[in-house]
Amino acid sequence: MNVSGKNVVNSKKKVKILTGNHAAAYALRQARVGVMSAYPITPQSPVVEKISEFIEKGKLKARFLLVESEHSAAAACCAASATGSRVGTATSAHGLMLMYELLPWASGTRLPIVINLATRSCGAPWSVWDDHSDFITIRDVGWIQFMCEDNQEIYDTNIQAFKIAEDPRVNIPTIVAYDGYILSHTMMPIELENQEDIDTFLPPLNHHINLSDISQVKGVGPVTTPNIIKRKEGTAPGYYEFRYSLQKALENSINVIKEVHDEFTKKFGRAYGNGLFKTYKTDDADTIIFAMGSVSAQARTVIEKLREEGLKIGLVSLRLFRPFPIKYLREFFKGIKNIIVFDREIGYGYEGVLSYELKAALYGLKNPPFIKGFIVGLGGRDVRSEHIIEGVHKSLELAKKGEIIYETEYFGLELDELKDYDEQEFLKGGGK
Amino acid sequence: MVNVLDIVEDEYIHPGTRMCAGCAMALIYRFALKALGPKTILTVPASCLTVLHGMQGFCTTKLSVLHTPFATTGAAASGIVSSLEEKGLADEICVVAFAGDGGTTDIGIQALSGAAERGTNFIYACYDNEAYMNTGVQRSGSTPLGAFTATTPGGKTRPKKNMPKILEAHGIPYVATANGSYIFDLYEKFQKARDIKGTKYIHILSACPPGWGYDPKDTIKIGRLATETGFWPLYEVFNGKFILSKPSKKHLDASNRKPIEEYLIAQKRFKDIKQQDIDNYNSFIEAQWNEIKRRLENQ
Ligand SMILES: Cc1ncc(C[n+]2csc(CCOP(=O)(O)OP(=O)(O)O)c2C)c(N)n1
Ligand code: SF4
Ligand SMILES: [Mg+2]
Repeated sequence: MNVSGKNVVNSKKKVKILTGNHAAAYALRQARVGVMSAYPITPQSPVVEKISEFIEKGKLKARFLLVESEHSAAAACCAASATGSRVGTATSAHGLMLMYELLPWASGTRLPIVINLATRSCGAPWSVWDDHSDFITIRDVGWIQFMCEDNQEIYDTNIQAFKIAEDPRVNIPTIVAYDGYILSHTMMPIELENQEDIDTFLPPLNHHINLSDISQVKGVGPVTTPNIIKRKEGTAPGYYEFRYSLQKALENSINVIKEVHDEFTKKFGRAYGNGLFKTYKTDDADTIIFAMGSVSAQARTVIEKLREEGLKIGLVSLRLFRPFPIKYLREFFKGIKNIIVFDREIGYGYEGVLSYELKAALYGLKNPPFIKGFIVGLGGRDVRSEHIIEGVHKSLELAKKGEIIYETEYFGLELDELKDYDEQEFLKGGGK
Repeated sequence: MVNVLDIVEDEYIHPGTRMCAGCAMALIYRFALKALGPKTILTVPASCLTVLHGMQGFCTTKLSVLHTPFATTGAAASGIVSSLEEKGLADEICVVAFAGDGGTTDIGIQALSGAAERGTNFIYACYDNEAYMNTGVQRSGSTPLGAFTATTPGGKTRPKKNMPKILEAHGIPYVATANGSYIFDLYEKFQKARDIKGTKYIHILSACPPGWGYDPKDTIKIGRLATETGFWPLYEVFNGKFILSKPSKKHLDASNRKPIEEYLIAQKRFKDIKQQDIDNYNSFIEAQWNEIKRRLENQ
């Protein structure tokens, strides 16, 4: 059984056993990307390698630009997209951060690019292992951001992502993230759809810019002014209007995201909650665990156990991180008593990002739920069932006392084991 | 060489300009676009050229332009080319990147090197006004020895980076130098580059009145002095063959070169240049021409 609630192994469809990275590669192939531009980085590299193989074998007729950095990869993606091609790529952590300058550029230019992100921690110190630090660093660049929970969801979300990003009501670049190693390198059975069915679901791109049509002269991404420009030839918006339209399109994209998700479900039979978040055992719940990706997957496994203790507990696994589905979350959490949030990243200097974003989203609800957040699993540290269970217990105790603690709390740290370690010496670069 | 009758009458820049009076770049761009013709897509990074391209909603050229962040020009051009290849339009449409010296020799060198190494089918043109002008005259890797800028108040202590040579080392089919004061030579080089397959690099010296410190009416004269003194020779390297361009031919004979001081003292940026630096200029010019002679003899 996967998170879409379907039992893939008994499917009559074509089933392949694939890693998360290869699920992404198959989806990019079946989405018929026209141009890919990428640069290798662990744990994303197998996406790039698989795509190279597809092209070599003639299974994908795309141009693959092997560039000299992620900064260039992202710039080439933007340019190819503006020239009218369907564009996809993949990266992780340092690669995403090197792309950073191009991310608000892509959204500001309204280019429907899709990036796959095999999540990884951000150095220093170096770590190739998983957490969601890279994913959250781009929360303010104006992209649509999905987080997946299994390999089928990676494949399905990619197909949906192109349709969403390219919808004329949207035209916003989209990132499809999945936990590095935990999904990127783990094999799972996946239903692959027929190419004809994908083609009807996702028709060829009709790009709103398309520089390749030289009969139309265009200046894409020019200088804008603080105020609008009025001339006898017409009136042009200022920077503020450009960016307002991006924000509005992001807000409205929620409807398109739901619509595309529902159409996908009707056509292919797999659903991911309401398309924005997935719920598990929430029907009678008054207590909810709120998390994303690998953390949600871990939480799923303990819900039953916690219920045996008599708790009316369920899980909300966030699928759409940006735009943050505020309206739907407020509606859902009405009447819920407790929410326990697990973040696999830190909003440094504050607390876990999901935790504070949820608090902000639910601000002003009548009889608001008690919300408590914990940090887990940075740099690939295991997120254990005990952590989730202990977090729930601790949170419920605090709720009973009405005690609100702002200090960030952690699970899985092993400071006790490091008794003789001198932090100052360590930071100087010393070691044993 | 082409003459005035060969230059197409079509203009690809609408009338009116945002450039300073006497800006060589505006002239260079005008004639380069004429040489390239209508089947061209441009990409331009942050620079004075961004300003030439005007404000939102009004494109000042009759050719489409993709603005791209400062460091990305080579990569952006590669993206456009890939997309055209995917659509089967790559042979029909010429992709041209136009960037300043800062965007080329400094922040964009990696993306340019990558594009050249991949053999991307495009023209990369660098207009070299020898500093970051758009941001108020700060030094770049292309600022020459002894030049005053806002970040080299005592004069630059290192010489200019030799970008054409760096590109030549990539083994691309066409590298050329040009100068805004020799517009027919420049026109011809763009026409030639347009019809060659692979990566083409044209580096154009571009005199800049406010940045260099001279009267705008002297732009052509100052630009010419750079070549007449032997400091900025005009040449092409076409499939490995070194070709000295017509305006520079007579400077093979050192006695036909004007003294470098004529060029330097005409510009305020060299106002405080030391004798030692002038000597360095002279030995640089001599070495440069000895190398040119060697290359011409050995091919
Ligand atoms: C990443 C980045 N850093 C800095 C800038 C600021 N900037 C814009 S144009 C420019 C200088 C451009 O110099 P050059 O390429 O020589 O062109 P010119 O202005 O001289 O025509 C700088 C530093 C920028 N736009 N982007
Ligand atoms: S600063 Fe120099 S290069 Fe820039 S517009 Fe003025 S004259 Fe031209
Ligand atoms: Mg410059």
